[in-house]
Amino acid sequence: MNFKMKSHLMDELALKRTITRLAFEIVERCKGTENMRIIGIRTRGEFLAKRIARKIEEVEGVSIQVGILDTVMYRDDFRIKKQLPAIELTDIPFEVDGKILVLVDDVIYTGRTIRAAMDALMDFGRPSAIQLAVLIDRGHRELPIKADYIGKNVPTSDNEEVRVRMKESDGKDEILLVEVDQ
Amino acid sequence: MNLSIKHLFGLEGVPKEDIDSILDTAFSFREVLERPIKKVPTLKGVTVVNLFFENSTRTRISFELAEKRLSADTVNFSAASSSLTKGESLRDTIQNLFAMKMDVVVMRHPVPGSVKLLAQFVDAVIINAGDGTHEHPTQALLDMMSIKEKYGSLNGLNVAIIGDIRHSRVALSNIFGLKTMGANVLLCGPPTFIPYGVESLGVKVTYNLDEALGFADVVNILRIQRERQGKGQIPSLREYRNVYGVTQQRLSKLKRPITIMHPGPINRGVEVDSDVADSEHSIILHQVLNGVAVRMSILYLLAGGR
Amino acid sequence: MEKRAITSSILFKNAKVIDPFREKTYDTDILVDKGKIQKLSKNISEKEAKEQIDLKGLHVAPGFVDLHVHFREPGYENSETIETGCRAALAGGFTKVCCMPNTNPAIDTRETVRFIYEKAENEIVDVYPIAAVTKGRKGEELTEMVELAEAGAVAFSDDGAPVKNAQLMRFALEYSKITGKPVINHAEDSQLKADGIMNEGVVSTQMGISGNPGIAEQVMIARDLCLAEFVNARIHIPHISTAGSVELIRQAKGRGLTVTAEATPHHFSLTDEYMRSFDANGKVAPPLRTEEDRLAIIAGIKDGTIDAIATDHAPHIYDTKETSLDLASYGMIGLETAFALAMTNLVHKEAITLMELIKLLTIKPAMLMQLPIPTFEKGAEASFTVFNPDEWWVFNRKNIFSKSYNTPFIGSEFTGRVKAVYNKSHYINI
Repeated sequence: MNFKMKSHLMDELALKRTITRLAFEIVERCKGTENMRIIGIRTRGEFLAKRIARKIEEVEGVSIQVGILDTVMYRDDFRIKKQLPAIELTDIPFEVDGKILVLVDDVIYTGRTIRAAMDALMDFGRPSAIQLAVLIDRGHRELPIKADYIGKNVPTSDNEEVRVRMKESDGKDEILLVEVDQ
Repeated sequence: MNLSIKHLFGLEGVPKEDIDSILDTAFSFREVLERPIKKVPTLKGVTVVNLFFENSTRTRISFELAEKRLSADTVNFSAASSSLTKGESLRDTIQNLFAMKMDVVVMRHPVPGSVKLLAQFVDAVIINAGDGTHEHPTQALLDMMSIKEKYGSLNGLNVAIIGDIRHSRVALSNIFGLKTMGANVLLCGPPTFIPYGVESLGVKVTYNLDEALGFADVVNILRIQRERQGKGQIPSLREYRNVYGVTQQRLSKLKRPITIMHPGPINRGVEVDSDVADSEHSIILHQVLNGVAVRMSILYLLAGGR
Repeated sequence: MEKRAITSSILFKNAKVIDPFREKTYDTDILVDKGKIQKLSKNISEKEAKEQIDLKGLHVAPGFVDLHVHFREPGYENSETIETGCRAALAGGFTKVCCMPNTNPAIDTRETVRFIYEKAENEIVDVYPIAAVTKGRKGEELTEMVELAEAGAVAFSDDGAPVKNAQLMRFALEYSKITGKPVINHAEDSQLKADGIMNEGVVSTQMGISGNPGIAEQVMIARDLCLAEFVNARIHIPHISTAGSVELIRQAKGRGLTVTAEATPHHFSLTDEYMRSFDANGKVAPPLRTEEDRLAIIAGIKDGTIDAIATDHAPHIYDTKETSLDLASYGMIGLETAFALAMTNLVHKEAITLMELIKLLTIKPAMLMQLPIPTFEKGAEASFTVFNPDEWWVFNRKNIFSKSYNTPFIGSEFTGRVKAVYNKSHYINI
């Protein structure tokens, strides 16, 4: 599979500002942090969630608990794929009942990952609401799911991909739009 | 993350990468077992038949739980209440069942090699739940998971297996798995319980319990069947306990504490004393929970890819 | 027999010591005090000891060791007790014996092992119990060997009865490895033995007596050697009686097996010809065999195939012997005659040297059974047998100190005689 760079969607500074904005939006919409919990979807959603949480802590002066969710067990497509995806650890160290859960992922595309994440969260209890924060919304939903907090809307075609790189896993912060030959 | 093996007949020849995958995935599934709703839809629509030709309540329940937690459909076949007693041949029984389209079969049979025989007649994923004194890979895997949980890695660890090695269902699987993962294995028991030429597997042997305890980081204590007393290999359970029973007294002579394991069920006061089995260094109950997680992991990794 | 406790120093002068430890024969005086050798040299002044005994013309060797006797206590005290058995031992020059467990009850528990030690506590002879291989000697279940060894058993045997089940014998050999003590199997296939009373051969045919063939012994020895080799355990073969048995053991040793063997004085002294007298005192298990077998045993003793001379001292009260041959009990006493028979039929016939004989009676059996045996040196425990290697004498009832008198040697002429024993601060004049 070959890919060709099409454009830089965000650099390190842009990412930092977007995260700050998302953090403020979340605090505003949830009317504070008391009943709100943040859950990052593996893998990069986890890092994003933690950065958002740190920002909120800076601003609000309270510590925020972050959960990590692995959605592989809930996927609907692993028996179609050739490679069986690895299952990573899920760690939700708080009660879910009655809380507003803000799911965080880097990119939303078909919406199936979010659907799997919601199913998983339902097995942990009964949240009062689930909201979604994403860095990039690239369109092409296959399910009726929308994000509540969006970093950037990027219309894409099917042969394009959004590649998110983060310091924690890839060494630097940037978001690229690339074209792929299948 | 596909395994290189398509079935789980045993641990002999299974590469380290596969065992690592199975154990890592098992830790993830263990977390599911701690949730309020202990279910994930991962194997929805997959049919698993538990083909048990001999009684083994613990193993069967553990598999059944693993299957149900993964939302698979389970079917149970146990030998006593089966058409086998009506004289149907083993081959016919199996082929009849599989004409009904099963995806996975978990088989337990008293005779070594039966699981391989099964593979000739059916087109399903096959998981060996114990074929006599040959292999019991899921038990060995859960043992290794429990050790890994405590020590982080099996490489270079000293593991002593104590007891009736000769008649054990799990000794061979333990030895194969531990050696693959880089552990050092020492067997200990009366000479009549140590199989001929077992050193050929790359293990050391001692007849002296104190030596084994001094060597080990972890001891896996095997159960002594009460029927063994009458069969001549040991004079009495009483003497067995005196010479090979793991007691607090023996452990207190050691310079550092060692981890206690036992596949269960325990003969308290024979191969191990209650205060040892229930002590803080015992991970016996962890083994049980890890058993379900490991079986979930195997089911996912083998059945998920079909 | 005259026993004296020696409470002060005693000087034995002009002793000729046959020292099997250093393999040397030397003349010396021996000064003993407080039960220990204080001085070993020539011309020790008489003033150094309260008492002197002149051993001129006599030889001194370490106290003899018999690794196979039957003292009939507990259960058959009619025939012998530990006390009378020890008396017989001393008369034969033996200061250490190993007794077999075919008593009633059998020696198959810690308590019965301790019983033997307790009963023999005040005896001048050390008695070491051999415990049973199987519970009750029934040949069905192993005894708790580790516990018995810890209680003081020196070996395991069902002697008198073979372990018939080969699988159980295998387990016995295998399991005994953790004790470090040998298993001793009475090698006689019961089916082949059938109701044989004496050796099956020309003599038994001419006498019309049912015979017990030598193959009964060989078959079982072959079996036991195979088992011992497979499980890599040590084994000791008791009272071998046939040429074939000697050869099997010779070959096994040649292959490197840890096997040891013993032979009785009657098997190197008598043959089945003795039974022409219909004397039940000649009825033993295994039976007296042919001259060819007797000579093979002597050859085996000579080349080291046989590691020890052991009497299989088997006392039987007269009424069990003075009866029809088929009902008569098996066995003869042997402690009092062992040395004399060995001197007469081995040393004086130049089959082996006196030094070799002393080894066969002292250090070899002691090492085989891992018994402590004091050496001949300053500071060591004083324990020795005094004998005259050349004295000619006739063996009679008055020379028997056992409670039973079942021996075919009454009236026999011997060259070589035990004269005295010094052990545990006692001097015994035989």
